[in-house]
Amino acid sequence: MSNAPSTRNHQVMLRRVRRMVLFVVSIVLVAAVWEIYKAVGPEAGGKIFGWKLLPRANDNAMPHVWEMLSRYTRPELRGSDRRIWSVVLAGAWFSFRLALVGFALGTTLGLGLAVLMSRFKIAERGILPYLVVSQTVPLIALAPLVVSWGGKLHVFGWEWPRWLSAAVLGGFLAFFPVAVGTLRGLQSAASASVELMDSYAASWTQTLFKLRFPAAVPFIVPSLKLAASSSVIGVVVAEISTGLKGGIGRLIIEYAREATSDPAKVFTAVFGAALLGLAMSGFVTIADLYMMRNRPKEATA
Amino acid sequence: MSAVEISSLGKVFNAGSANQVDALVDIDLSIAPGEFVSLIGPSGCGKSTLLRLIANLLEPTSGSVTVNGKSAKQARLDQDYGMAFQQSGLFEWRTVAKNIELPLELKGWEKAKRRARALEMLELVKLADFAEHYPWQLSGGMQQRVAIARALAVHPQLLLMDEPFGALDEMTREHMQSELLSICRRTGSSVVFVTHSIPEAVYLSNRVVVMSPRPGRITKIVDVGIEGERTDATRDNAAFFAGITAVREALRGVEMSDHVRGIEDR
Ligand SMILES: Nc1ncnc2c1ncn2[C@@H]1O[C@H](COP(=O)(O)OP(=O)(O)OP(=O)(O)O)[C@@H](O)[C@H]1O
Ligand SMILES: [Mg+2]
Repeated sequence: MSNAPSTRNHQVMLRRVRRMVLFVVSIVLVAAVWEIYKAVGPEAGGKIFGWKLLPRANDNAMPHVWEMLSRYTRPELRGSDRRIWSVVLAGAWFSFRLALVGFALGTTLGLGLAVLMSRFKIAERGILPYLVVSQTVPLIALAPLVVSWGGKLHVFGWEWPRWLSAAVLGGFLAFFPVAVGTLRGLQSAASASVELMDSYAASWTQTLFKLRFPAAVPFIVPSLKLAASSSVIGVVVAEISTGLKGGIGRLIIEYAREATSDPAKVFTAVFGAALLGLAMSGFVTIADLYMMRNRPKEATA
Repeated sequence: MSAVEISSLGKVFNAGSANQVDALVDIDLSIAPGEFVSLIGPSGCGKSTLLRLIANLLEPTSGSVTVNGKSAKQARLDQDYGMAFQQSGLFEWRTVAKNIELPLELKGWEKAKRRARALEMLELVKLADFAEHYPWQLSGGMQQRVAIARALAVHPQLLLMDEPFGALDEMTREHMQSELLSICRRTGSSVVFVTHSIPEAVYLSNRVVVMSPRPGRITKIVDVGIEGERTDATRDNAAFFAGITAVREALRGVEMSDHVRGIEDR
């Protein structure tokens, strides 16, 4: 019993190291597959059973991996003294903050809706179908509408900033998994535990905070992971479809226009978006570790 | 004033539908303050249902329950009773001590007082070293002892226990039985105790209520004639054996009639 925790920590450390190594190995493998395809694939693309499935392997469509990497160290524009890595990093940071705001908005809304739905059966029947429908509205269609609030909408003398529209669109995608996951979690409390709280004459709020929310945590955590990646997608798509300046989405469309003259450039921005997603999921993983720190570990043991 | 007063109590589940169950019919029972009463009977005879009616976790279909002279609902709101079930029902996200503190927290006790009481209860169930452990780090029997400590934490006037020692090994079980009795002596609590063990019922109780199923009702109430305080020596006492025989006979009557009815049904 006494040395069990230290060996367990040791195992956890080992597992983390192994996961990190696997991550690096997988990136190297993807790069290798890319280069191999470039070497053997058809220059002008190819057909399988009549469908044009095989991508073109020429340098324009598929620049070399080292070409993409070295592009980071060169200036963004000819004659400019800003290297592209700093531009991409700044864009990713800008979008990351938007995604965080969207994540926070979406999570708050999702938790609120879940509590409302678990409190009132009528609310569940009345709201849930609309939530499902809301997720079928294409974001691209919604984006211009929400972005048009920017500069036009004034709430008590406060002007709606343009960046907030992108964050709201991130939140629009993020709230759904949180609402559904939390609702299931709140309803997952064992009936014996609910009965115990009843026997203590606990109020509805006491039961919510001392029983239902803690019981819901294992359901909320995975929903937050979904919400994190959804908010990134929402923000980047909003940036792309409305051309909001400053973020990684804008860089992707700008650089894509130069694809014929500078094919490696757009990939630097695409990797920037991937980095953004990684940062977001890292953030949520830390939240996960914190919230699940005192839970039974048999699932991972 | 009796601790629990039950008169012509009935409970029907799913009334009117095809799977209607007459869980309890015409139950009359009066429990005096400080009295220890056990409920015993075959599975499905409504022991748990009766306990939950007393606890006001279920509403009766007919008849009435009063606890400490109040309606069962008022008694629940005033937290006049503590409850322990066969499944410990501990919250896995709370430490052992925090689990015991839960009812005190809901009553608005301040932190230091709560902690002191929790540690006192842990001492009682011999788990003082495990205050900061989580329930899932404990064996089933240890979890059950924590649940009992939680039920006792408010020093309730009435304890409702549904097979609380069912998951314990024989040694711990006997130890917990003596502990329960000594706690009740100190606090003057009345106990309604559901069990499947005849010796346990007889050792603990002033009266053993024997029940029979379909419909659930009381067939016999056995007075246990053990004089004075119960100790380990009680288990060798002639009155103890007499009690066991009386309860066993009452239960045999139940099984016999059950058997006969089973044949008639076919
Ligand atoms: N919520 C419920 N809905 C419908 N029927 C129920 C419900 N609770 C109990 N019953 C029925 O009532 C009867 C009595 O159940 P109860 O749980 O009180 O029995 P018990 O004496 O505690 O049995 P055991 O010794 O197995 O615990 C059973 O036939 C059971 O199926
Ligand atoms: Mg039962």
